Amino acid sequence: MVDFRMPSLGADMEAGTLVEWLVKPGDKVKRGDVVAIVETQKGAIEIETFEAGEIEQILVDLNAKVPVGTSLARIRTELEPTAGLPKAAVAPPTAVVPPIPPPSITPAPPPSAGPVLPQPVLPVPAAPVPSVAGRMRASPAARRLAEQRRIDLASVTGTGTVGAILRADVERHPGPTPSAPKRAIGLDLDAMRTAIAAAMARSKREIPHYYLEHQVDVTGCEQWLARTNAAQPPESRLLLGALLIKAVALATRRFQAFNGFYSDGKFEPSPAVHIGVAIAIRGGGLAAPALHDTDQLALDDLMTRMRDLVQRMRAGRIRGSELSDPTITVSSLGERGVEALYGVIYPPQVAIVGFGKVVVRPWVIDGAIGPRSIVTVTLAADHRVSDGHAGALFLADIGHLLQEPDEL
Amino acid sequence: MSDIDIRAAIMEELGNIAPEADLAAVKPAADLREALDIDSMDFLNFVIALHRRLGLDIPEIDYPKLVTLEGAVAYLTAKAGRR
Repeated sequence: MVDFRMPSLGADMEAGTLVEWLVKPGDKVKRGDVVAIVETQKGAIEIETFEAGEIEQILVDLNAKVPVGTSLARIRTELEPTAGLPKAAVAPPTAVVPPIPPPSITPAPPPSAGPVLPQPVLPVPAAPVPSVAGRMRASPAARRLAEQRRIDLASVTGTGTVGAILRADVERHPGPTPSAPKRAIGLDLDAMRTAIAAAMARSKREIPHYYLEHQVDVTGCEQWLARTNAAQPPESRLLLGALLIKAVALATRRFQAFNGFYSDGKFEPSPAVHIGVAIAIRGGGLAAPALHDTDQLALDDLMTRMRDLVQRMRAGRIRGSELSDPTITVSSLGERGVEALYGVIYPPQVAIVGFGKVVVRPWVIDGAIGPRSIVTVTLAADHRVSDGHAGALFLADIGHLLQEPDEL
Repeated sequence: MSDIDIRAAIMEELGNIAPEADLAAVKPAADLREALDIDSMDFLNFVIALHRRLGLDIPEIDYPKLVTLEGAVAYLTAKAGRR
């Protein structure tokens, strides 16, 4: 039996509100399944389980706000014998990501229910329940379909067990609601600003930053992109941003002092490279969810996932693991704005790489001056973990990698 | 397809990208990226949406023709007329 706990979705998170259960006792789950939706300062976040098994018991009621680390449900793992059920022929989970430990400031409270007592099924309201605090009960499939068709969920009648809106309910709906609010539900920009303030204040208080910058000629990348994209339909085209992120991911694999977490007075390098991609939210917000295993992704796959991540982040539909486990952050200004960006490290990470906009500058190549496309790449890193010498080599390596876009 | 239909399609797709913007206030010759705070990812999504919706080939080399409202309407209308 394992506990499914309220995860920490960032250094700044102390508690979350459970707004939706997508499972009930008796349901089978596998690793990575979304089992609940939690409202945090960063919006409504889909929470996955890291364990496979059967939901034994649900411990926290809807709309309860509980501290990070609180047991939300019990999962009977597949290795445990289950009465009357043949054991599934499934291999034990390998390389399971450990649940994120609660931050030391918020000690995990003991589980709210007794340890071994068999518990009846959680009470289910008999009548359809109206939406709570503006949030509709709806299955993820229904939400996705409603968004595709631009249907306001508030205008759909749910026929699910507790009045929940199912995919079929959305399919029956005549069409988009006139003047439906276009702002995504689940994104509260004021709360997001508070979260940014808490994380950045902690960063500036605790992390001794040092900064480096480097000018990189990306003319070759631009030419390579123009050639590659010419033969592609729009949805398969790559952006320079994808090349920049891949280059950082590959360099990060070689320079481990910039990839991982600093906590309890020591640095833990991460074996995996999960680049946090800084995404600006329209109206003034910022988040940096992870592109998992960025260094392993082919460019077209990386690009597809980055587009998906940006769209889901802006729609307020991001997964817990994506918010909690970036190992290093990349912030890129894109094609507008200014030439350089100096980042503030997102704790407990230890580095952030910034890219300014690309500018055309006179450049010396082989003794002659010519116009080249130049991007300024910066590094802000944690002096408790690394020094400028290593940081300089790391930045230079990113520059070298960008000279051979074919190899990215 | 008339230029009115094409204009409507452009406006709707821009509205999806910048839901809070007052599109009626955007000048026809203004750079959409500046006027609507559109980044390269937004712009790519705009092109993808127009490509799917209108069935027109929009090569990357033509992107500069799409950065203003009047430019985009003229470019896509001409493309649609040539089919």
